[in-house]
Amino acid sequence: MSGGEPVGIVLVSHSAAVATAVAELARGLAGGGDAVPVATAGGTEDGGLGTSAELIAAAAAAVDRGAGVALLADLGSSVLTVKALLAEGDELPDGSRLLDAPFVEGAVAAVVTATAGGDLEEVAAAAEEAYSYRKV
Amino acid sequence: MLDADFFRRWMTAAAASVDREAEHLTALDSPIGDADHGSNLRRGFLAVAAALEKEAPDTPGAVLVLAGRQLISTVGGASGPLYGTLLRRTGKALGDAAEVSEERFAEALDAGVDAVMRLGGAAPGDKTMIDALVPAVAALGEGFGAAAAAAERGAEATVPLQARKGRASYLGERSIGHRDPGATSAALLVAALTEAAG
Repeated sequence: MSGGEPVGIVLVSHSAAVATAVAELARGLAGGGDAVPVATAGGTEDGGLGTSAELIAAAAAAVDRGAGVALLADLGSSVLTVKALLAEGDELPDGSRLLDAPFVEGAVAAVVTATAGGDLEEVAAAAEEAYSYRKV
Repeated sequence: MLDADFFRRWMTAAAASVDREAEHLTALDSPIGDADHGSNLRRGFLAVAAALEKEAPDTPGAVLVLAGRQLISTVGGASGPLYGTLLRRTGKALGDAAEVSEERFAEALDAGVDAVMRLGGAAPGDKTMIDALVPAVAALGEGFGAAAAAAERGAEATVPLQARKGRASYLGERSIGHRDPGATSAALLVAALTEAAG
């Protein structure tokens, strides 16, 4: 675990309410208060369901402390918009990474790991591991 | 040869066509999607037209890169990053030449379609915009009219297919019998090439 600045976490959902609630859940379970910057990009800019590239870019800029930014996305256009922004090259902070993880479980794992001082690699590994937890 | 003006006319014609057909696209998106394809694309292409009026880039590549950027930021649904990537990647493949041949454009569009397939993970037959774009690129060597006809046939051929990508894929067999809205809008985009050519 690194002792420097924390990894930033961005939660991208089709719904502002979902993004906000998942952020609250992850922060609550991490128990680290506001030690880790978590930002949400939920819904469209006018409050509808969908994805906003502007909200994603603003959220990523807001949580960037220079240690990388881990993005988690829920459905179709959330994932595709983050991938398209990453492909642009200059829209998201250096070290931004889309995690291949389930949204809720991945967000909790990512925030807990970042709160414990994990670097981007460790945050990504923890979130992606959430896929291997079978429920039945 | 095709210059920046041609590509501006293409985007303007596409914007007008999407605006005209927005309600039809949304109607197609109602039974198998979330009924926003027309309104989303209309918002995106109107932003493209406005941006091109304001900035007027002077190369074909720059016109398409700017248009793609607008679509990614304004559409709000999956068609934004998909069409945005199509135009941006096509524009980047054209480089900074002031004029490009139709052959060069066909190669660049092929690269754009490849990028869309990688981004969305869709292949021909998945009932997506790819089903119109792939035959259009293949026919582009015979001219814009042939490409438009191929895209239209490709879109029509999505009716009996079962969706394997996007929200429609959750419907499984119930997606059969509906024309794909993405393939339909892709055919509009290709048809706008013939309008740009005059």
